[in-house]
Amino acid sequence: MSAAQWRKAMNSAATGSAGRLPSTETGRPAPAPAIPVEPDPYADSDAPRWLKFLWRHVSTRHVLTLLGLLVFPFVVSPFVTFQIGAQTLVLGLVALSLTLLAGYGGMVSLAQMTIAGIAGYTVAILGSSGTALSLGWHWSVVVVFALAIGTVASVVVGWLSVRTEGIYTIMITLAMGVAFYYLALQNYTVFNGFQGFQRVFPPTVLDIDWRQPLAFYFLSLAFAMAGYFFVKYLIRAPFGIALQGIRDNPRRMNALGYNVTAHRVAAYAVSGFIAAVAGVLLVWYNGLITPGSVGTSWLINILVIAVLGGMKHPIGPFLGALVFVLLQTFAVDVIDRERFNLVIGGAFLAIVLFSPDGLLGLWSHLSGRLRRARDVSSPVR
Amino acid sequence: MKLDKRFVLKSLAGAAMAAALSTGWAQSGQPVKIGLLATLEGPFAAGGADGMRGAELAVKQRNGTVAGRPVQIIKASSDAKPDVAVNAARKLVEQDKVDILVGPLSGGEGIAIKDYSKTQPQVTFINGGSGAQATTLDNPSPNFFRFNTEGAQWMVGLGDAALKKGYKRVMVIAEDYAFPYSQVQGFMTEFCKGGGKVPVKAWVPLGGKDYSSVIARIPKDVDALLLVLGGADAVNFLNQYESAGGDKPLLGGSITVSQDVLNYRGKKRDSLVGTLSAGPLADAYDGKEWKAFVEDYKKNYPVSAGGYPSPSLFAYVYYVNMKAALDGLEAVKGDLGNNHAKYREALAKMTLKTPNGDVKLDENRQAIGTTFVTEVVKDAQGNLHNKVLRKVDNVNQLLGMNKADFKIGSRDVPNCP
Repeated sequence: MSAAQWRKAMNSAATGSAGRLPSTETGRPAPAPAIPVEPDPYADSDAPRWLKFLWRHVSTRHVLTLLGLLVFPFVVSPFVTFQIGAQTLVLGLVALSLTLLAGYGGMVSLAQMTIAGIAGYTVAILGSSGTALSLGWHWSVVVVFALAIGTVASVVVGWLSVRTEGIYTIMITLAMGVAFYYLALQNYTVFNGFQGFQRVFPPTVLDIDWRQPLAFYFLSLAFAMAGYFFVKYLIRAPFGIALQGIRDNPRRMNALGYNVTAHRVAAYAVSGFIAAVAGVLLVWYNGLITPGSVGTSWLINILVIAVLGGMKHPIGPFLGALVFVLLQTFAVDVIDRERFNLVIGGAFLAIVLFSPDGLLGLWSHLSGRLRRARDVSSPVR
Repeated sequence: MKLDKRFVLKSLAGAAMAAALSTGWAQSGQPVKIGLLATLEGPFAAGGADGMRGAELAVKQRNGTVAGRPVQIIKASSDAKPDVAVNAARKLVEQDKVDILVGPLSGGEGIAIKDYSKTQPQVTFINGGSGAQATTLDNPSPNFFRFNTEGAQWMVGLGDAALKKGYKRVMVIAEDYAFPYSQVQGFMTEFCKGGGKVPVKAWVPLGGKDYSSVIARIPKDVDALLLVLGGADAVNFLNQYESAGGDKPLLGGSITVSQDVLNYRGKKRDSLVGTLSAGPLADAYDGKEWKAFVEDYKKNYPVSAGGYPSPSLFAYVYYVNMKAALDGLEAVKGDLGNNHAKYREALAKMTLKTPNGDVKLDENRQAIGTTFVTEVVKDAQGNLHNKVLRKVDNVNQLLGMNKADFKIGSRDVPNCP
């Protein structure tokens, strides 16, 4: 249930129907008649909550999408599987962590790629690479460390920026991101400076080389879906609802007895964990990590992806990543000149100009139009 | 969640389109597909565009055909970041199915593309402009060729020239990444061997703005400063050095004493006269082939159409590498069968005719070529330009050392305080 619905429920003691989807919300004020509040679906059963949650929320659409995603790599070339499919999923996962923070917590952090980069650097430094600096630990230990360090770094970023609002949050997280970029660029004893780390490949587990396009695609898909459903679950859990409340009115939530700062820092920790997972996948996808991977252009690209897709629903970042990756890859063919960045910039501008909510907003706008067109009988005979 | 359905439809449609696009060409009699990768974005955008011009010039000189097959150039761009370069190369190789890839432009990218080339044995990779030593020295790839010399080779001859001028002690001020390391190595190897001393090396961050701490560290008893800084950084340094009252003579790296530095207006400008530098090309070189190349470049890319008054370093190295790719194809009559076996052999054994003399490859498929030592002089109109002092031929990657003694240049290698 979306935050808007939640607010209405709080204000008018009448929920919108819980089956309605946030993406099809048109934002019309809810009708006032007192609908009896839906009973808690989990009240009279002893099945585990998560199972019932899945049962209630997985529908034909999801199954179809899942089938599409599973069949996709078998009908396209390995190049499309790896560079379009896997890259979309991994970048989408980084942007998802930002969507959680910005869309549901109201905190626009530009440091999400930094968190991903910290996790990626951890993999390169502790694991094995083509550089003598790497310690060559076992991959399982390395991944645990990478996720832990990424999460801790995100908590630090959160702690430092949590008391700021709006533009100041953007500025302070950007400053931290740039600081890390320069640290990685100029430190040679740990980060190997300008060169970074080459040949950082995923391990061969279960006799599968996880860098093969098909294997890596499914690895990314598994984690992207896990992230997607986790965020979907989280935003309806009490913590997520409180977070949205804090986004909408921190003072009121404070008055209700919620610890605003703690909730926000916890949101940073959760999103940092997601970004760290994506960062590990990203370093395996690229096979290398350099300061350029955590430079300002990437910090901003993640924001672009999130805004492009729309922040109203966890699917947004993945849609945004798909458009972003397709444009980055193929814009050069559209205008085979030095001007192809115009195509990329133009497409981004067009989407954001016509729909402030990105692709999701475009979709809900269109479906709203279509539905109205169907409902209203045409006056023209 | 109608959205998801749309997502599926979109991805399926995209997939179908991609599958339709990726049906490749047959091999012979068809166009030769050459991928061209340079930086059209980011800090080297201008250099990348000129690199593309150089590569296109090599194709134009053959009227777009080689061994009876038309040449099809497919371009891609990166922004000097290795991960972006590998993505762009992957698109050219796996999506556009190029036979040969010419690129990339910068050092870090070159190492990444070399690593990637090992996974694509069916394609021949030829360097574009990148000049990192490790690309061909460390873990070389059997299908990656480099017909341009690299950063250390570009500085050979400068050490001797500095000693001849009577500089015995030189302080090094250079940016803190791989390319300057190799430049400094190329200078110091010769300089230290000839009895010179380098008491202090200052490594400054790329794009640094404040050099006051470096200037404060310049010892009284050095005879000259070696600056290996990109053009804008060099101008910044000169301004601050001048206001601090510095008066040491200068030596420059290959990308330091470029036109933008020579056009710098300040009191120190006249003291730039006499600055020694070295590099793979010299504007004022009066070799016949070089002059013909410059004329050809100017004819095809006049300043009015965005070209430079004289081809830049990137235009030259891209030209040389693309010319090598095409000459090799001509030598094997366009036969790329058997995983390019004949073609690669031809490339490895070829003596390439370049505007600046002949180039051969060593066993790591790295060029052995010519370096020019230049000196800044003032002409009658008061403009500064580089005059050729000396031409050093057959410079190899080990700088005349044997393999056992050679270490790749870094902050501490070589060392002679």
